[in-house]
This record gives sequence, structure tokens and C-alpha cells, in this order.
Amino acid sequence: MNNALINDEPIPLLKRLNWQDWLYSIVLLAGAIFAFNRYSHHMDVYEQGFLFGAVATFSWLGWSWKAMRNLVLGVGVLSLFAIFVYDADLQRAEQAFFLKYLISSQSAIMWMNVLFILATVTYWVALFNRSQFTGKFASSLAWAAVLMGFVGLMVRWYESYLIAPDVGYIPVSNLYEVFILFCLITALLYLYYERRYATRQLGGFVMLIISAAVGFILWYIFDREAYTIQPLVPALQSYWMKIHVPANFIGYGAFSLAAMVGIAYLLSARGILASRLPSLDTMDDLMYKAIAVGFAFFTIATILGAMWAAEAWGGYWSWDPKETWALIVWLNYAAWLHLRLVKGMRGPILAWWAVVGLFVTTFAFIGVNMFLSGLHSYGEL
Amino acid sequence: MRFAVSLLTVLGIASIIGTVLKQNEPYTNYIIQFGQFWFEVFEVLGLYDVYHSVWFLLILLFLVISTSLCVYRNSPNMLREMRVWREHATEKSLRAFSHQHEYQANGTPDEIRAGLTRFLTARGFRFKTVQHENGDQLIAAKAGTYQRLGYIFTHTAIVVICVGGLIDGNVPFKVQELLGYKTVEVRDIAASEVPAESRLSTANLSFRGNMTLPEGTSADVAFMRMRDGYLVQELPFRVALKDFRIEHYATGQPKSFESDLVITDPDLAEPLEATISVNKPLIYKGIAIYQSDFQDGGSNLDFNLWGLFSNQVAPLSVRGTIHQEVTLGEGDTALTVEFDDFRKFNILNLTADGKGKPHNVGPNVTFKVRDTQGQAREYVTYMQPLKLDERFYFVSGMRPALQEEFKYLRIPVDENFEIEGFMRLRAAMMDSAAHAEIARRLTKSSLSADADNDDMKGKFESSVTQLLRAFAEGGYTRIAALIEDSVPEEQRDNAAQTYIKIISSAAFEAHNLARERADKSPAVADEETLIFLQDSLNSLSDIFFYGAPFYLELKEYEHREASGLQLTRSPGKNLVYSGSVLLVLGIFAMIYIRERRIWLLVKSDNRVLFAMSSNRKNRDLDLEFARYQEQLQRLLA
Ligand code: HEM
Repeated sequence: MNNALINDEPIPLLKRLNWQDWLYSIVLLAGAIFAFNRYSHHMDVYEQGFLFGAVATFSWLGWSWKAMRNLVLGVGVLSLFAIFVYDADLQRAEQAFFLKYLISSQSAIMWMNVLFILATVTYWVALFNRSQFTGKFASSLAWAAVLMGFVGLMVRWYESYLIAPDVGYIPVSNLYEVFILFCLITALLYLYYERRYATRQLGGFVMLIISAAVGFILWYIFDREAYTIQPLVPALQSYWMKIHVPANFIGYGAFSLAAMVGIAYLLSARGILASRLPSLDTMDDLMYKAIAVGFAFFTIATILGAMWAAEAWGGYWSWDPKETWALIVWLNYAAWLHLRLVKGMRGPILAWWAVVGLFVTTFAFIGVNMFLSGLHSYGEL
Repeated sequence: MRFAVSLLTVLGIASIIGTVLKQNEPYTNYIIQFGQFWFEVFEVLGLYDVYHSVWFLLILLFLVISTSLCVYRNSPNMLREMRVWREHATEKSLRAFSHQHEYQANGTPDEIRAGLTRFLTARGFRFKTVQHENGDQLIAAKAGTYQRLGYIFTHTAIVVICVGGLIDGNVPFKVQELLGYKTVEVRDIAASEVPAESRLSTANLSFRGNMTLPEGTSADVAFMRMRDGYLVQELPFRVALKDFRIEHYATGQPKSFESDLVITDPDLAEPLEATISVNKPLIYKGIAIYQSDFQDGGSNLDFNLWGLFSNQVAPLSVRGTIHQEVTLGEGDTALTVEFDDFRKFNILNLTADGKGKPHNVGPNVTFKVRDTQGQAREYVTYMQPLKLDERFYFVSGMRPALQEEFKYLRIPVDENFEIEGFMRLRAAMMDSAAHAEIARRLTKSSLSADADNDDMKGKFESSVTQLLRAFAEGGYTRIAALIEDSVPEEQRDNAAQTYIKIISSAAFEAHNLARERADKSPAVADEETLIFLQDSLNSLSDIFFYGAPFYLELKEYEHREASGLQLTRSPGKNLVYSGSVLLVLGIFAMIYIRERRIWLLVKSDNRVLFAMSSNRKNRDLDLEFARYQEQLQRLLA
């Protein structure tokens, strides 16, 4: 009896780690120590905190989600390789083979775009063929896209410093960069739930919104040359921004995920693709989980935004259109959560609501920049 | 509950209004946009400052009150729920649970109980055991009860944040205004003349005002824009601006805005010096001073004034100061130049396809030229020549009204990169006394010397003179009109070509005549000269549309900037921030802590009844129940 009990007992995270987990963390820590030794005189206390905080965060992420280890290491290796090939000379982007065709930020992001589109198509093929194998392949394509996307951002970060040391900035600062971030975060959130719920059938739906974002990125690249790195205007030179923006995009990404699952739910509820899609309950739960994550991060992002505004504009809340729309998005999902948590509501109404929520969110994300004017100084179209 | 969702919806919709209609614009803009009638309707509704309108504040107040009541009503319940074990659950009620299962266990009751309690502890459940009279034992366990704090935290946070926000809003002023103690000042008068009912004392709890300080000046009041006027906020200290700086990236884009401030205050032994920049405010006496924008603080500018329609060769000097005006001429033809803005850096993208890199093209000045009737045109003139289509031009834009686009006059540079070459040519071309001489020279150079037909020479000369006069009166437009008047339709194309050719050749003679008068060597008719002449003729023709009889060439400047500061006191900020922390904690608690309860009824005959519930019925509960059910099966077997 005692044996059976011990076998069933939940084991704490730390005791579950294997040697690969530890090796992974040691590599991360070694990297951080190397960076610290070499660059600590360029860093203030916060930045040193961020450096080691990153080791802790990524260790934890990698431990609790093993696929993350490969991603982090892959991004690290490829980015370091790109830096090595660049050899502190921006011209090499056009000369060195690896950079030109693979891992200069522009090429890597192109690869990300291509891979996301391929992943979308493959997920749909898998859905129609009910093919496990094709589904797995689609996941791999999505992972590859995420890898290339993060490499693209990391290398872009480095490239910005090559333009001039005072130009350098972390690439979450204009519409082009945040769209890439949006694709990556949405894909990662999806891939997480794909594993959690052991279902690949929703990939096609979620990848659609990512493909739409990819379409925007392509238009932005070819029509507006958005990939050129421009130095930051003074208002954007703020720590708050660097955390405000990614937090916001976890929110946007999660809301988009929920909306796409909402669409699948509504189709399935009408019998369309019903035999191929996961059960309604599963999708309903997934929708809730996504909105909950999104809501939590969106709240944090909005608060960080207020703190940034307090520093940049002199007031934590100015009723600027972007702020106000953030509030509207927030109120929208707060209402959604009330209906679900308090009334215990389930079903098509909430799915519809999540889909409509995507339109509200999209408007807050880009519509405001296009149609309303305000204080927000980035992302004008 | 339905009420909460409705309230959230109403607040959302109310907020949208203010984003659709641009807020806090000057009232004249709204009148232009909506017309007088709707302007007044919207004004009554407070749509120009929705977020400070009485009805919006009432919605917020309502939110605060209803949420407070909700917290007040529900919290005791929630706290009780957190504490109770529900150990009085009867067997009958447990059997009615949707998640329940019965086992037949092996072992002594004590063994079973020990196993079960270990089972619960390992999974983070706390429990309480009660002995029933019939010998049954009930283990009542719970986990995640802190979830209930989430409700209290989030909803309290909403109240705290709103209260903080209301404190920092302008509610006190609103009340004073309603009671008639305060009014908004709408006249454009000096701060010191603003009467007491439009001034707010230093005791004012919270405010957000602006101050524009030219370098070398100081002030002890800030202005708060409100509706169609403003209020004056007195400060408990004086702020002086020593220096304002803009740093630039190598590409010319601004990198930082910085102001060196000096604060003087009787409470300070010596003045406090500080440098602020965007994202790095100074906080003194609870008032935060932010770098918000900048403008010209009255730069001094030296111009060369060139008459465009005269034979004047040497320019006049004119001195101007930004935010001031200069009157040129007298009587009915007098023109007033109002200097509006000077910018030292201008980042423009001048490449033809717009795809090249923007770069700094140097200073420009914006001014208005107003006639005695009050009609004004606006001009923007660049100091240095700009490179357009591979060639350099002095560029000046004109627009007759603010909402129109600028139309640009481009004047080609001469061989020294100056405007003189063009202006010399212009002086000759506009000089009716010189037309005969130009015509004579042209005749001489273009008709062969031995041509014996003097009559023909005379005719040619007089038609050249006539053309030059027409051109001096109205450029190509005038020539076109001439052709239309005097040439039959089928010959007009030919005539136009001939005339243009003659004008071009005459311009070459005029160019050399002007050079001769300026003691310069004659120009050769190479491509460079021809292009210059072509460009010059185009500009000469365009000056008739320029709207001013002169060109102001910016020669020197003495830059003086003004820094735009924002001063705020917001005592509610700490409340808002603490509320925010509470909100985040609450949300995480509400979403990620799951309250679950387990009852294990150990009957005297070794049957064990397992029942589980959660305040949220969802998939997680189903999964967890299934897992425990199976694990208990093994445990009790
Ligand atoms: C952070 C966002 C919010 C979340 C996650 C949230 C969540 C909840 C939850 C879970 C409950 C039910 C508590 C229970 O009975 O178990 C609840 C009730 C309620 N909430 Fe919220 N809430 C939020 C914001 C708001 C706001 C902004 C309002 C303001 C209108 C509000 C008003 C109410 C009301 C009126 C109830 C019902 C109380 C009753 O009558 O029993 N909530 N909320």
C-alpha cells in the first residue's frame, strides 16, 4: 500500500529534473557569466538583474516545457553564429553566404514568414487527411518558424548596435518588430496548448491569424521597407517600454488564440468539421485558459503602460485613444470572465464574444494607429 | 452580476466616444467641423472633454459605489467560505455530488485513515476529521481557498484605482465651478492679469499644467488648458530655464531633449539645479516637472530681401525675430511679415521615389505675409539649397490657407552655390530698360552679320523686345495668352516652340549682360549654363504665383529655444499604483488558484466514499477527479 502511494505522489519540479535539464541551465548560466564578465561595466544594476533573471526565467521555462530548451539553445547558437559571421561589419549581411540567405535578421524573418505559411497549409492538410504524421510535421514547421523568428529578432538587436552604438535598441519598438513578436508569441502559446491538450487539429485555425500577420509583415516589408532600423525617438527610450510591449503582446497573442479557437468552436457546434476537431468542452476550456492568460498579462501591460506614461508624458492616464482602447479591450474581457466565472456560462455566446473580442483587440492594436491620433509615437502607418 | 457586465459595457461605450472625437481641440475647430448648431449641442453634452464631463464622472462614481457595495456585501461571505471545512456534509448530500465514487478498502480503519490523510497532504490539501456518532469518520479537505481573496483583491483594487484617479482628476475644480467660485479664462492676457477666479492656489491638491520657457527666462505659474480657455496654476517655487538642448543621431533624427533647470524657492538655501529629459522628470515638493515638448523661444534671424519684380540688383537687409513681426512698405501696399517658427534641423526624404534615406536638410523658417486687408499667406523657406532631381535649389513653399498643401518655388543655385546668379538674371529680365539691349545682342548673335536686310533685323529686334516685356509681365502664362490672342490655332504649337526658343536665347544674352554689369566674365553656352537658364526661366515664371513681391533669403540666425514643460501634482498616483498591484495579485489568485474540496467518508464497514467539488465546474475538476479516483483505487485496494 505504501508503495502504491509513493508512486502516485506528485513529485516537486526540482526532483523531476534530469541531467539534460541541469546541463541546459548550466549552459545558460555560463553564458550569463560570460556576458557579465565582459560587459558588466556597460550595465546598470537593473540590467545585471535582468541578465540573471533571464537565466532563472528561461531555466524554469525549459524545465517545465522541455521543447523550450531546444528553442532557447537553438536561438542562442544561431544568433551567436550570426554575430560571429558578422564580425562587427554590417556590410557582411550582403557578402557572407550564411547571413545573406539564412540568418541576417532580414533573411531569418523571411524564413519565419515562409515557414509560418507552410505550417498553416500543412496543419490544414493534416486536419483534412486526419493524418498524425502530417500534423507532427506541421508542428515542426511551426517550431522552425518560431526559431527563425527569434533568431531574426536577436540578430536585428545586434545589427542595430552595428549601425551605431547609440542607435542600438531591443527590437520591440516599432510596428514591424511587434508584428513579428505577435506571430512568435501567438505561435508559442498555441504550441504550448497543443501539447497540453494533445491536439493538433486547431493548428490550422490559429495559424490563420498568424498568416494574416505574416501577410501584413510582407506588405510592410515590400511596400514600406519597414525592416530598416531607425533610431528611437526620445519617448521610446524607456525601460517601461521594453516590458510593456512584450507583456501586451502576450495579451494580444492569447486573445487571438482564443478567438481562433472560438471560430473552430462555432463551426464544430454547427457540425462543420465536428468529427475532426477536438470536443466542444476541450475547445471551451482552451478558450478560457487563453483568455485568462491574456487578461492577466494584458492587465500587467496596461499598468506598465501607465507607469511609462507617468514618466514620459507626466500623467499615468491621459485618455489618449490608445490607452482608452486598451481599457475597452480590458473591460471587454473582464465582462467575458464575469459571464464565465460568475454565471458559469458556457457555449456559443462566449465563443462569439471571443471572436468579436478579436476585432476590438485588433482595433486597439492597429486600428487606433490608423484612424485615431494621439500621443503614442510609434507604429504610425 | 448582469449588472456588473452592463456597467462594464456602459463604461466601455462611453470611453469610445472620446476616442472617436478628438478631445480638447480649440473650439473654433469644432465649429468648423460641425457647424454652429451641432457644436452647441455637443458642447452641452460635454463631448469635447468626455472624460472630465459630469456624466462620465458620474458613471465612474457609480462604478466605485456599486463595486464597493459588492465587495462589502460579498466579502464576509467569502472570508467565511475560506475558513469553513464543510465538515457537516451528510452522506446523502455527498452521494448527490456529480463527482463521487465509492471504494471497498482493505486494512484497519486507522491504516486507511493514515493513508488517506497522507494522500491529501501530498497533494496540498488541508483537512479536518470528524467522528460521526455511527462510527463513520469524515475527512473534510480543502485546497486553494485563497482563490476567494482574488475576488476581494480585484474588486477592492478597482475601487482604489478609481478613487486615486478621481482624486487626480479635476473634481475639486468642477465643484468650485458649479458653485460659481471659479471660471475658465478665455482671454489672451498675461498670466499676471488673470483674475483670482481663474487662478488656482498652490494649495490645489492635484493638477497637470504646462509651461513654455524660452532660454534665459523663468516663471512661477503653469497653465492648464480647459475647454475653450485656461486656468492659471500658481507654483510654490520659480523655474528658470538655463539651456535647452536637442541631441541628434548621426542621421539627424532627434535623440534626446534636455532642459537645464534652476529652481528657486525661499525654502531652499541655494537654487536647485537639475537637468530633465524625456522619461527623466524632476520631482520637487511633490510636483513632477517633465520635459514635454519644445518650440522656438524667439530666434533672431537676418534675411536678404530680394524684390522679385524689380530691377533691383543688391538685396536689402531685414532682421526678424520669431513670434514677432516686421512691416515692409507703407500705405495700402504695406505687407506685414509675421515670423512664426524657426527650425534648425529638418529631416526630409528628398529622393525622387521617396525610398531613399531621410536626412537633415538644415534650417527653415516659417512666416506669414499679411496685407492691409488682413489676408495672409504662409511661407516656409529653407536656408540651404536642397538637392532635388540631382540639382540644387533654394526652396520656398507657399500656401494661401492653413489647410492647403504648400506649393514650392525652386530657385536654382549659381556656380558659387548662391542665389545671386539667379537674382542678377532676374534683375535684367525684369528691367524694361534692358530689354532693347538684350534684343539687340540676340539679333547680333543669331542673324548673320552680313545679312543686308536691316528691315528684317529691326522686325526681329522689336518682336524680341515685345516677348521679353510680356515675359516680365507674367512669365510663360503671359506668353501663352499672347499666342492665343494673335496666332491662328493651327500655328500655335509652332509659335510656342519658336517663342520659347527665343526667350531661352534672350535669357542667355540677359545672363551675360547681367554678368557684365557685375564685372564677371561672360558665360559660355555649355550644358551647365543652359540648364541653369532653363531652371531660372521656370522660376521666373513661377514667381508670379508666389504671392509675395519679394523673396526672403535667410542668411544668419541666432537660435533661441523654448522648452515646453509639464508640471503635475498627482497625490492619487500612489493609490492607483497600490491598487494596480492589488489588481494583479487578485487576478492571478482568481484565475490560477483553484478552490477544491474533497470529502472522504470512511465507513465502519471499510467502505470509503470519495466526493469532490469546486466552486468552478470545469474540465480541470473533471481531470483532477478522474486522476484521484484512480489513485485512490490503487491506494485502497
Ligand atoms: C479584474 C477584473 C474582474 C474580475 C476578474 C472579476 C471577477 C469576478 C468574479 C469571479 C466574481 C464572482 C465572485 C463570486 O461570487 O465568486 C465577480 C463578481 C462581481 N463583480 Fe467582478 N471582476 C472584475 C472586475 C469587476 C469590475 C470592474 C466590476 C465593476 C462593475 C465588477 C463588479 C462585480 C459585481 C457587481 C459582481 C457580482 C457581485 C454580486 O452581486 O454577487 N467586477 N467578479
